[in-house]
Amino acid sequence: MKKIINTIIETIIFICGILSIVFVVLIFGFLFKEGFAFFKDYNVIKFIMGQFWYPDSNPALFGILPIVIGSILVTFGACLIVVPIGIMDALYISEIAPKGIRDVLKSSVELMAAIPSVVIGFVGMVTLVPFVKNLFDIPTGLTAFSGSITLAFMAMPTIVTISEDAIRSVPWQYKEGALALGATKWQTIRRIVLKTARPGIIAAVMLGIGRVVGETMAVMMITGNSAHIPNSIFEPVRTMTATIAAEMGETVRGDMHYKALFAIGLVLFVITFIVNFIADLFLGKNKNK
Amino acid sequence: MSKIEIKNFNLYYTNFHALKNININIAEKKVTAIIGPSGCGKSTLLRSINRINDTIEGVHTSGEINISGENIYDEEIDVGILRRNVGMVFQRPNPFPLSIYENVAFGLKVNRIYSDRNIINETVEKSLKAVLLWDYAKDKLHKSALGLTLEQQQRLCIARVIAVAPNIILLDEPCSSLDPVATQKIEGLMIQLNNKYTIVIVTHNMQQAARISHNTAFMLLGKLIEFDKTEKIFTNPLIKETEDYVSGRFG
Ligand SMILES: Nc1ncnc2c1ncn2[C@@H]1O[C@H](COP(=O)(O)OP(=O)(O)O)[C@@H](O)[C@H]1O
Ligand SMILES: [Mg+2]
Repeated sequence: MKKIINTIIETIIFICGILSIVFVVLIFGFLFKEGFAFFKDYNVIKFIMGQFWYPDSNPALFGILPIVIGSILVTFGACLIVVPIGIMDALYISEIAPKGIRDVLKSSVELMAAIPSVVIGFVGMVTLVPFVKNLFDIPTGLTAFSGSITLAFMAMPTIVTISEDAIRSVPWQYKEGALALGATKWQTIRRIVLKTARPGIIAAVMLGIGRVVGETMAVMMITGNSAHIPNSIFEPVRTMTATIAAEMGETVRGDMHYKALFAIGLVLFVITFIVNFIADLFLGKNKNK
Repeated sequence: MSKIEIKNFNLYYTNFHALKNININIAEKKVTAIIGPSGCGKSTLLRSINRINDTIEGVHTSGEINISGENIYDEEIDVGILRRNVGMVFQRPNPFPLSIYENVAFGLKVNRIYSDRNIINETVEKSLKAVLLWDYAKDKLHKSALGLTLEQQQRLCIARVIAVAPNIILLDEPCSSLDPVATQKIEGLMIQLNNKYTIVIVTHNMQQAARISHNTAFMLLGKLIEFDKTEKIFTNPLIKETEDYVSGRFG
């Protein structure tokens, strides 16, 4: 009897494990099928280098350059903001803050991770957007810049918690050794702690970027959604994710526009895959030590 | 002449009274051993001499430790300069996860002792030679120090201390993670170094204390019980607890 129950439970667990793989394969399969189908009817170069995204014009134009630039601009801006702040925050929490402040900071960072992106997007829309508009005196606050700030908020918890883990796992003996040689606290942090924790910190940054690249709701609400190539970060842009989310409802299943959105999905997938791959590379390196 | 004078020294970990009114004069350019059962405060006392205990939350002290006549617990003391003058080797070898070269050059760089590359290179070489690691390491200077054996790592940690030219070297059970052969080699090294530096070594190994030290301090429960010539402590101690301990009746 016991044996039968055991076998049943093992089988169920096995099926669950297999199912997760099957789902992933199915999703990829679907993405690849629809995405590649698009390139049968539309030139890849025209798709990637095309400057105009006019899916409704005649003939329809599916150039994703503006939205790729939009995504890169917003992501890059977010990184410029979040990477230094996130790493310094992690350093402060793990190395400098007294216990009370450390606990408060840690829980608030973890709380930040729990806020749904649509809420961050909404709060950004009613507070940040008008603020940016007035501050820089520009026609609209719905800009790449506002998007970057919002995304920086969303990537912050990932970057802070994972960097903090990496920094905290630097053995105390290293720090003690450095201090005992006459190094100051700051020299110890810079020369020993940051250097030892570097693979973990890079992985944290990569995972943070992964989150930023894939984010949809908040950027759709905040960046203005205009698919043209911007001249500066203070102009509206549109990202790849926002394009897919906004337009999927308007398409007819199987038509060019529908397939084009899958092709965008494919490009996104390749980008996030590369980012995650780099992150894994560094995380793995960290563990082997 | 005594180099380190510890006067009425007390140390508390928050509320725990770990060192109780310690008085001891440690002679210059001699090896002084601190022995005693585990938890009696040997490490704590040693770590008070370079103020590395300051980095532990809740530690406070009273009394004085004078080095060359200057109280190192004085507010005006620069702990960076103090620690450069009072090197420390830890129980477990703790080379930085950097190259062998960078490990030895670390103290020179953070203390800005030399900026000339050639002089740094020379000092690295001299320090590695002093711990008899040069012949082995000279072709591997830029390889990670973590690839060395434990004994070599401990030698490297001693080289790293020697590089900044301290007057005092503190060693906290430096051989406890080494095998007997490696232990013997490190002991030999200490005997070689002792005419250049004032050495204070904590050890739970009484043979080691007997072999390499000139003077020995015996501690028990945070108190200094007896301090005398090593020979005297091991053959004819004045106090009964010391005799019980060195003859192996407890510990
Ligand atoms: N960081 C610390 N916080 C609180 N108590 C400590 C700390 N370090 C050591 N102690 C206590 O102080 C006493 C002396 O410790 P230690 O100096 O490490 O002993 P020994 O080196 O002789 O084994 C022990 O009772 C130990 O529990
Ligand atoms: Mg100890």
